[in-house]
Amino acid sequence: MNPVLEVKNLKKYFSTSKGVVRAVNDVSFSIAPGETLGLVGESGSGKSTVAYTVMGLYQPSGGHILFQGQDIAISHQKRKRVLKKELQIVFQDPGSSLNPRQTIEKILTLPLRLHTMDDNKNIKKIAEKVQNILSLVELPVEYMEKYPRSLGGGEKQMVAIARALATNPSLIVLDEPTSALDVSIQAKIIHKLIEIQQEKNLGYLFITHDLSLMRNIAHRVAIMYLGRIVEMAPAQQFFETPYHPYTRMLISSIPVVSSEEEKLKPGKIPSIGEIPSPVNLPPGCVFHPRCTNRLPICDKEEPKDFEIKTGHWVKCHLWSSNNN
Amino acid sequence: MSQLILDIKNLTVHFRVYGGYLKVLNEVNLAVARGEKVGLVGETGCGKTTTMKSVMGILPQPPGKIVQGKIFFQGKNTLIMKKSEIEKMRQTGISMIFQDPTAALNPVFTVGQQLYDVVRHSQSTDESHSRLSTQEVSIRALQDVSLPDPKRILENYPLQLSGGMRQRVCIALAIARSKQLLIADEPGTSLDVTIQDQILRLLNRIAVEKQMAIILISHSLGVIREWTNRVYVMYAGSIVEESTTEELFSNPLHPYTRALMDCVPRLTGGGTSEGIPGRIPDYFNPPSGCRFHPRCPQAFLLCYEKKPPLYRTNDVHQVACYLYQEANQ
Repeated sequence: MNPVLEVKNLKKYFSTSKGVVRAVNDVSFSIAPGETLGLVGESGSGKSTVAYTVMGLYQPSGGHILFQGQDIAISHQKRKRVLKKELQIVFQDPGSSLNPRQTIEKILTLPLRLHTMDDNKNIKKIAEKVQNILSLVELPVEYMEKYPRSLGGGEKQMVAIARALATNPSLIVLDEPTSALDVSIQAKIIHKLIEIQQEKNLGYLFITHDLSLMRNIAHRVAIMYLGRIVEMAPAQQFFETPYHPYTRMLISSIPVVSSEEEKLKPGKIPSIGEIPSPVNLPPGCVFHPRCTNRLPICDKEEPKDFEIKTGHWVKCHLWSSNNN
Repeated sequence: MSQLILDIKNLTVHFRVYGGYLKVLNEVNLAVARGEKVGLVGETGCGKTTTMKSVMGILPQPPGKIVQGKIFFQGKNTLIMKKSEIEKMRQTGISMIFQDPTAALNPVFTVGQQLYDVVRHSQSTDESHSRLSTQEVSIRALQDVSLPDPKRILENYPLQLSGGMRQRVCIALAIARSKQLLIADEPGTSLDVTIQDQILRLLNRIAVEKQMAIILISHSLGVIREWTNRVYVMYAGSIVEESTTEELFSNPLHPYTRALMDCVPRLTGGGTSEGIPGRIPDYFNPPSGCRFHPRCPQAFLLCYEKKPPLYRTNDVHQVACYLYQEANQ
């Protein structure tokens, strides 16, 4: 199947007073229709920059973004409205992504009016559509009259998801949609998101720092560290045999709730050091100052992507050198 | 249980709002023994932080109001203490670290200025430190929290440090003087998972070295499981279950605890649950009886009528649920 989104060698640099920040450096991935790609990383790894660049909120410094085969590496202003209809985003904090002075009905009407070309004057029809969307995310119709402030955090996020769904997109970027919420509410939202995905064959680019969540919903997982994807694999394989030392450290650091999960951890690899400033990147492999399996080559040469198993890519000298 | 260091009895706290009271804490009972690592777990808004603020005496009153209950710290009721006694308790007895280290540190003073303040303030009451200079004590505190190059950090402003380092500074502030109890309110929540791991490991090491008791407040069941010996589960202002950590995670009893555990995504996979139906109750008009009953799949008539007491099901396990009332008879 043709991928709905293909990102090739994407770069996004920001120039600051301290120097150039290489927020995204040579990132490539693709998402098929109906697939969830989990893009996982710590703060400052560049995962949200990837999301915003895909959405057109930033103009890429290099590389290509192909949406259904068409290059969209242009700024938001230059994108066609038809394209914006197909690409939607849900932000982390629904409190600030919903207009506090508009009712839920108004919030949901706007995308409908903008993107349904034929009968955008027919008020009755639009009201009907708003009701349909609300019922899709299982919110009562009475909520149309309410303002965001009278809703709980989980309900607000449901409205944000409803707004993204309103235009009937084929790809939704989910930028940490549940990390501000409690687990019981997170479970509810995730459940709904999966249901909707299966129904509409949607592609999800799911940005998160929560690896255990990705184990349960992503088809493929990509780990980002300092603007690079260091490991990418199908979800199950990824958690069974993580290769990159950073991935192993990350999985070891997750607090888990059962001893079965404890067994999955690749030994207790203690987490050391902190993510360095993206202005002064370490030479060679960017992870080498925190790495426990460092080789002499690591601080000299940046490792290349290496396919260790089918579909399982890793960027590490430990694995590529053994096989060369 | 040996010597209790902290003993909260029937603590009920209300908040005055327009047109009435928010009935937030509802008869909370919680005890911590010397050197123990206790977890307090619950969702946002369940009253974890309110409980601990009451202990520290930093609950804003008004709007807060302690309606009933007693808080004993080392046998003395802190709610009837004089101001000077509370001051002393904070100097030598209890410390608290907060979720957001950026908000907890003053951005216009250097780490050194803030740390010196704390050290000087408490020096008069502590003999062991009196022979050391303020700076020496401060440097030792920064070394205790494994910060490299403490002399330089003393001169830094908080914004020059990373999130993980700021939280370490907060811990240094809390333990610059030896304390008997450290309350850690979500110490790793605003940090990345690898940094959270480092911070929790550090807290654990310090607690053992200094023989401090710790109350770890968290909404994450995983954090609680890995770093505590005993757990209290809180829901809507009440303690619903109490047990040793091992027992709680192998045999959760309260319907709320069970539902909460089902919601946690597992590393082993297995899909996601549908979440807990309904929403957290409104404190203005909380449900009668057991506050969980509107969301509980096993609720029956009694649950609507009366708040369930804690029933003991075995030596180490107590649960506030009528489903287990036979166990007590």
